[in-house]
Amino acid sequence: MDLTFSEQETSFRDELRDWLAENPPVPRPVEGGDDAQLAWRRDWQRRLYEGGWAAPHWPVEYGGRGATPTESAIYFEEIGRARVPMAANILGLLLGGPTLMAWGTPEQKERYLEPILSAEEIWCQGFSEPDAGSDLASLKTRAVKRGEEWVVSGQKVWTSAAQHAKWCMLVARTDVDAEKHKGLTYFLMDMEQDAVQVRPLRQITGEAEFNELFIEEATIPDANVVGGAGNGWKVALTTLMNERAGLGFALQIRLRQLLDDLIAIAAERGLMADPLHADSLAELHVRCESIRLLAWKGLTDVERYGQPGPEGSLVKWLWSETNQRLTQLAVDIVGPEAMTGGTSWSYELLRARGNTIEGGTTEVLKNIVAERVLGLPRLKAAA
Amino acid sequence: MDFGLTDDQRDIKRTARELLGERSRPERVRELAETGRTDEALWRELSDLGWPGIAVAEEHGGLGLGCLELTILCEELGRALAAVPFLPTTMAAGLIELAGSPRQRERWLPGFARGELTGALAAAEDGGAELVIGGADADVIVLVYEDRTARALTPAECELVPIASIDPTRSAARVSASLDAGEELADDVAGGVDRALVAISSELVGVCDRALELTLAYVKERRQFGVPVGSFQAVSHRCAQMLLDTEKARANTAFAAWAADADPERLAEAAAMAKAAASDAGREVTASAIQAHGGIGFTWEADVHWLYKRAQLDAALLGSAPRQRARVATILTERAARLAVPQLQ
Repeated sequence: MDLTFSEQETSFRDELRDWLAENPPVPRPVEGGDDAQLAWRRDWQRRLYEGGWAAPHWPVEYGGRGATPTESAIYFEEIGRARVPMAANILGLLLGGPTLMAWGTPEQKERYLEPILSAEEIWCQGFSEPDAGSDLASLKTRAVKRGEEWVVSGQKVWTSAAQHAKWCMLVARTDVDAEKHKGLTYFLMDMEQDAVQVRPLRQITGEAEFNELFIEEATIPDANVVGGAGNGWKVALTTLMNERAGLGFALQIRLRQLLDDLIAIAAERGLMADPLHADSLAELHVRCESIRLLAWKGLTDVERYGQPGPEGSLVKWLWSETNQRLTQLAVDIVGPEAMTGGTSWSYELLRARGNTIEGGTTEVLKNIVAERVLGLPRLKAAA
Repeated sequence: MDFGLTDDQRDIKRTARELLGERSRPERVRELAETGRTDEALWRELSDLGWPGIAVAEEHGGLGLGCLELTILCEELGRALAAVPFLPTTMAAGLIELAGSPRQRERWLPGFARGELTGALAAAEDGGAELVIGGADADVIVLVYEDRTARALTPAECELVPIASIDPTRSAARVSASLDAGEELADDVAGGVDRALVAISSELVGVCDRALELTLAYVKERRQFGVPVGSFQAVSHRCAQMLLDTEKARANTAFAAWAADADPERLAEAAAMAKAAASDAGREVTASAIQAHGGIGFTWEADVHWLYKRAQLDAALLGSAPRQRARVATILTERAARLAVPQLQ
């Protein structure tokens, strides 16, 4: 056991820290709405790209640094710590790129990877549907081959960044007679066509992070199939596995910062002398450190033994519940400001409700832990 | 960064698991518990193997290994509910080694390392302690005071009344002594107490691990409504929670053991966090084990209650979870004083 970074990892971290210190992002625009926010994030990713820091976890041949999993985690920790904007094409960097590297043709890699890195093209993920959430493989969006292209109709939901995206990672049913997991195909769908309508979904925070996609006879060239027709479930799993890998470290640091902010406020108001507040904050600290330790343990076990331990499934579950507890406690500590619209604490409180739903509900995560980690008998569900 | 064990450490773990699987079977633990005896034969065997001295320096007759190796044994002994005074003896030895004078170390440590002497450690209130685990048979009782001093007492130097705790796999005693009885340890005991917290935490991790293992076996086997009860989410999600609590405790305990050996400046915070997480996990996970066993879990015949009882005593030992969180809060408050207050938007 050695819970320190190697010399190589330390110098990776220091190089990144130096770069971030020398290249601070411009302040967040206060006016101009969604478009201005996007332009700001796009500009930031462009600077990361030019500095060679857009996706260090990508192999060198595709424009990354070939960072090890540990270095990659250090990257997301440092990015989180520096409180810089989220890269505009985060879904392309984390999900789309790695999926193409695993399944794409040489032509697809040549065509798509560079614009992902530079944020020239933004990506979104068209997986979930109104009737296919946790039970993703039951999705109904249909794609039918017609000559050299596919014609797609259906509806997708919870599609982040769809309003800005050029490309959608779309999973659609291409064989209705095949078994549920086998009749799916993974496509790259051009979002810039009239057959694809994007309607923003207003969340409980009032903002619209997600969208609904209404797809009516959209066309996709056959060359945009990823991983072969009928192989969509396997390709989608690659995307989903990448979803939990990197972002966890950035989220963990964000939680740490919120907790540090809250402790500072509590200390300044003399509330650390209140044993109930002190106990709650200390418990959050233990949880926060547990998330950090479990995340690192999960990562280094994969690195060392090639096998993930049970930690991966536990980290997201623990993180989401901890963030909800923290933002709820903030209402008691910060007071009315945390219930006043437009404040950051009120935003965090409301946004946190989504944490136990997005990216795998807590209920589904518990099923995964029970079945795959603990080997409990599978729940019998209707076919 | 690497959370893995070395080959040697894995060997220690495997050897301990195998040996205790043979010697400390559930029926053996039950027999001892029901007759209120500790396992003297097992203690002799472990002593011959050098276990009690695993973390005692070689110059004092120990194996000179670290806190990490000690926690490996504590975890395995906790898993097996071994009826031996390992935890109290190594806690007392650790404190004397860290805070004792050269003469005090020379006086006690070789005996502890060989298992010829057994020890006990407890937090003192008004010169005594109501519940000293291992106290009834201990040759040396170390009482730790609020001001970070400690005194080592022989049974002749204090009033020692054996008591029957709810955990009959270990002896217990009420100890009272005058404030100048025995001898005061030479140095600050804080580091030694923190190492003891790590040892207790690792025993709790072992107890949790075993409770989950027994529960999983039961809910996979027990059928109601035509299916194993473990297929019901009300049961399976409880088991998932048991795993989360156990892994949280395990990760914090591993970090604290590492800090004790490699980064002592972080030990105080790490030990408090580990003991908080492990105390909560110990109570919750063993309680869940009883619940998931249904009616049978509440009977004397099922083995889960021994785990619940061990967890109760360990969770309270040297300060329960709220006490540890209060320590953490103090550390956080000091740290916050060095941070700027963020502007509310």
